Amino acid sequence: METLTFIIKHGPETLKLAWQHAWVVAVAVGIAIFTGVPIGIWITFNRRAADIVLYIAGIIMTVPSIALFGIMIPILSVFGYGIGTVPAIVALVLYSQLPIIRNTYAAIKNVDPSIIDAGIGMGMTRGQVLRKVQVPMAMSVIFAGVRVAVVMSIGIGAIAAYIGAGGLGHYIFMGINQTHDAMINAGALCVALMAIITDYVFGIIENRLVSKGLRS
Amino acid sequence: MINLERVTKIYPGTSMPAVDNVDLEVPRGEICILIGSSGCGKTTLMRMMNRLIPITSGTIKIEGKSVMEMDLIELRRGIGYAIQQIGLFPHMTVAENITVVPKLLGWDKKRMDERVDELLTLVNLEPAVYRNRYPRELSGGQAQRIGVTRAMAADPPVMLMDEPFGAIDPINREVLQDEFLKIQAKLKKTIVFVTHDIHEAVKMGDRIALLDAGRLIQYGSPEDLLTRPKNQFVKDFVGADRALKRLDLLKVRDAMLKDPVRCRTDDSSEKILEHMLAHDLNFLLVTEPGNVFRGYVNIDMLRGHKGRIGDLVRPMTITVRPEQNLKDALSKMLTYDLGIVVAVNEEELLEGVLNSRTLVSVVGETYDESGGHWGKITTGGRVI
Repeated sequence: METLTFIIKHGPETLKLAWQHAWVVAVAVGIAIFTGVPIGIWITFNRRAADIVLYIAGIIMTVPSIALFGIMIPILSVFGYGIGTVPAIVALVLYSQLPIIRNTYAAIKNVDPSIIDAGIGMGMTRGQVLRKVQVPMAMSVIFAGVRVAVVMSIGIGAIAAYIGAGGLGHYIFMGINQTHDAMINAGALCVALMAIITDYVFGIIENRLVSKGLRS
Repeated sequence: MINLERVTKIYPGTSMPAVDNVDLEVPRGEICILIGSSGCGKTTLMRMMNRLIPITSGTIKIEGKSVMEMDLIELRRGIGYAIQQIGLFPHMTVAENITVVPKLLGWDKKRMDERVDELLTLVNLEPAVYRNRYPRELSGGQAQRIGVTRAMAADPPVMLMDEPFGAIDPINREVLQDEFLKIQAKLKKTIVFVTHDIHEAVKMGDRIALLDAGRLIQYGSPEDLLTRPKNQFVKDFVGADRALKRLDLLKVRDAMLKDPVRCRTDDSSEKILEHMLAHDLNFLLVTEPGNVFRGYVNIDMLRGHKGRIGDLVRPMTITVRPEQNLKDALSKMLTYDLGIVVAVNEEELLEGVLNSRTLVSVVGETYDESGGHWGKITTGGRVI
């Protein structure tokens, strides 16, 4: 109850932080999709590259988020972006790579070889097989990867407040500093709500994007 | 027409050729079956024809043009291709699947829509019902039909089919085979058809090429392989029951006695009885004056009867068509315990009689005119 009162009382402030949060996540996942999906497709052609890329993405995933933000500071300071939204976005892009690349790679690889054979036998070029057959068939699994990346980024994005990227994490850290329970709860509740709503919206988009023929 | 000259395939890293020096000619409009046990090279041979597998040496010509000199993509778009696992694209509707090649060739929408309806009608699937279905909403037989239909979509003169009816239950397979033969009779495509099922080969093939360890062992008509196997391998392959397999091949017309003795509905019973006693017949077929088949009379029915045969005739409900194969006819005879079965055409005109004895002798190729137990129903036309 206290939490709700807090949110309502600080309405404009909450909205501003939520917007900041959403913006960082959206930019990061957007970049991650436009890099991860092509990388995922590319490595299906090259076994060795696949092993290396998936290994690296796996290692990044194991670095604790707070440590990754920490690592970003000295590296990006060189370019004058040590703290703020830039390191937050860079970190989220890196985290999102693994689910997106791995799902893209697995989904494209798992398309039944006889279906690809049919496409090639009928005179499709390699690119046409990819565009018209493999990617549409892999779409739901690729999308599942994107959803994982988004939900995860919303959660990790809360920690980005620590390096001055703003967002709903701000409430959590401020609340801890001030032992203000309602503030902590407000931050946590808003982050969770954002994750749930985004996942739901992405579910709807996925339904639109994936062919009816692939639904079971 | 497809011409293969000394075609060889050696996979990298192996010394044994997968296909060894094969010469083959498939005449235009015929179905050529490639058959053999697994690993004999039949699929490899077929896949070299649209260069899904590179040719090691030798030449393959389609309609006089070497496939090596043709543009790879154009070559494949010009050849219908159907495979065993059907290979329908699950994310595309039936209509989208069928028009894959037409779309690649740049047909306009109207032409593609018309083609979809035409082809669905051809394989007995109602276009309005099936056009927008997805493959997962089709039964196995329907999906298989769409697979074959898709290969025919751009009306290619040549089609390659790799066990297109392989993944389907025997009953549906028969139906699909019959349907396909009917379509082929109209369209006259040049077809290379891979199978490992000798029954299918005998039924579908105009010619059969039997391969073993990459070599072409025998190439000829199904009749050739069954009656004149070149060596023990061919004999073993076609099986000890090869005489039975001829049942698939031969038509009722080939084994029936044409123009059997008969009487007419307007004949007088007394005269016919007299005639039957004189010729030791106890059974006689009956037609109308125009030769429309009506049934039969036997000698006991005629005794003491005064009037016309038409008053006595008993119908025969089980008949066969002259163009049916002998397997179906024999199956009917066994099912209904018939010694003879009458062959009538679509207009119900009497064409001939098939009896079990002549059937056996024709299949066994020891044809015997006398015809055994039912031998009295022999040729010779009307009794009086």
